[in-house]
Amino acid sequence: MTAPPLALLAELTHRCPLRCPYCSNPTALTRPGEELDTATWSRIFAEAADLGCLQIHLSGGEPTARRDILDLVRAASEAGLYTNLITSGVLLNGTRLDALAEAGLDHVQLSIQDAEPTSADRIGGYRGGHAKKLAFAHLVTEAGLPLTLNAVVHRQNLDRLPAMIDLALALGAGRLEVAHVQYYGWALANRDALMPTRAQLDAATATVEAARATHRGRLVIDYVVPDYYATRPKSCMGGWGQRFLAVSPAGRILPCHAAESLPGFDFPNARTTTLRAAWDTSEAFNRFRGTGWMPEPCQGCARAEQDWGGCRCQAFALTGDAAATDPACSLSPHHALLALALEASDRAGEAFTYREPGREPGRLPQPVPAPPLA
Amino acid sequence: MSPESIPKLARGMKLREDKARAQWVVLGPERMFVPDEIALEVIRLLDGTSSLAAIADTLAARYSAPREEILADITTMLDDLAAKGVVTT
Repeated sequence: MTAPPLALLAELTHRCPLRCPYCSNPTALTRPGEELDTATWSRIFAEAADLGCLQIHLSGGEPTARRDILDLVRAASEAGLYTNLITSGVLLNGTRLDALAEAGLDHVQLSIQDAEPTSADRIGGYRGGHAKKLAFAHLVTEAGLPLTLNAVVHRQNLDRLPAMIDLALALGAGRLEVAHVQYYGWALANRDALMPTRAQLDAATATVEAARATHRGRLVIDYVVPDYYATRPKSCMGGWGQRFLAVSPAGRILPCHAAESLPGFDFPNARTTTLRAAWDTSEAFNRFRGTGWMPEPCQGCARAEQDWGGCRCQAFALTGDAAATDPACSLSPHHALLALALEASDRAGEAFTYREPGREPGRLPQPVPAPPLA
Repeated sequence: MSPESIPKLARGMKLREDKARAQWVVLGPERMFVPDEIALEVIRLLDGTSSLAAIADTLAARYSAPREEILADITTMLDDLAAKGVVTT
């Protein structure tokens, strides 16, 4: 019997006024006409709670681009889920936010692109966005809602991490998520322009550690490291099909939000399959569950049940094989690809391929065949 | 935290029954704590008006246990939960 999931990521829509070049949405964005309706989402939320989910993350795209966001928050809250809104904050006014709080919203996670307005607006591809976000953060705390600031960091904003921490404190955030870009989809297409230098990474890690100590009890800082500099892979999603599930705007039930980009999968759809059936019995959720599927060097590795072989989407993006060991592991035969990527980014410029519907990123790195095993 | 402190769950933290796993959990932004039996009992006594001293009195009476020992134990426990952002004063 598979243990039940803890959280559901509901990607309500791919519509978004921002155009961040590291967006975690797939490069093939779902059209508004394909989105699930209010009743179907409400049923999914009830199914998630029944299955054992405790938390729901209402995300996107920009979730508040949905006209029924109020009904969706109410449905999630009434299902008994801890309801978290992951938002860019540029579409909501105070009245609407108060209504969301009234409907049972538990927490708001607001993204920022930088601490410096001009740079922030350039990275988000949305003029005036940073100022709107600051105003929105005040509305969140005025509404009595807890606020997390989410700062996605990379080469072009990492030097201002101390200012981002100050901003989180000034805005009254109880939590700050400092997340290094993870390179799939849009971010992979922009990898050369985003990859931090080793010196930047080391400085950021030291900054986070110092700030954690200084602001202990006032600001919780969660830190997501970039695995291109790692020697062991991250425990992606806490293991495939073990703790999380995601539902895409069009209803596909996924082990993680990026999994839609993996070929050769028949992901169940929430229009016709219950979350419980998808979780317990679907081939897609069972394919990389546990350790039985693992290739060498994961098979028999002492860390097999700690990192679960790393990230399937990164394995596919870099090697062309979703069942390969994550190249972030130094034991992977593909590990040298990461060093090559770092070298390439060293010489690269700062131009972005912005995330836009119908825009196929032009310079996705091509999968490289595995070198022969020694 | 001192005996006069009045601890309560921090903003955004909620105590909920987790029926699927037959336990109680404290839920917060992107985090979850599973309190042990003693912590659960203390968290249930955080009503936003009782001081740490009053909570120690309640527990001492309930278990006929030495009050000073209980006060020391729950002070340590709540200091730890405060550092994690779960409770506040």
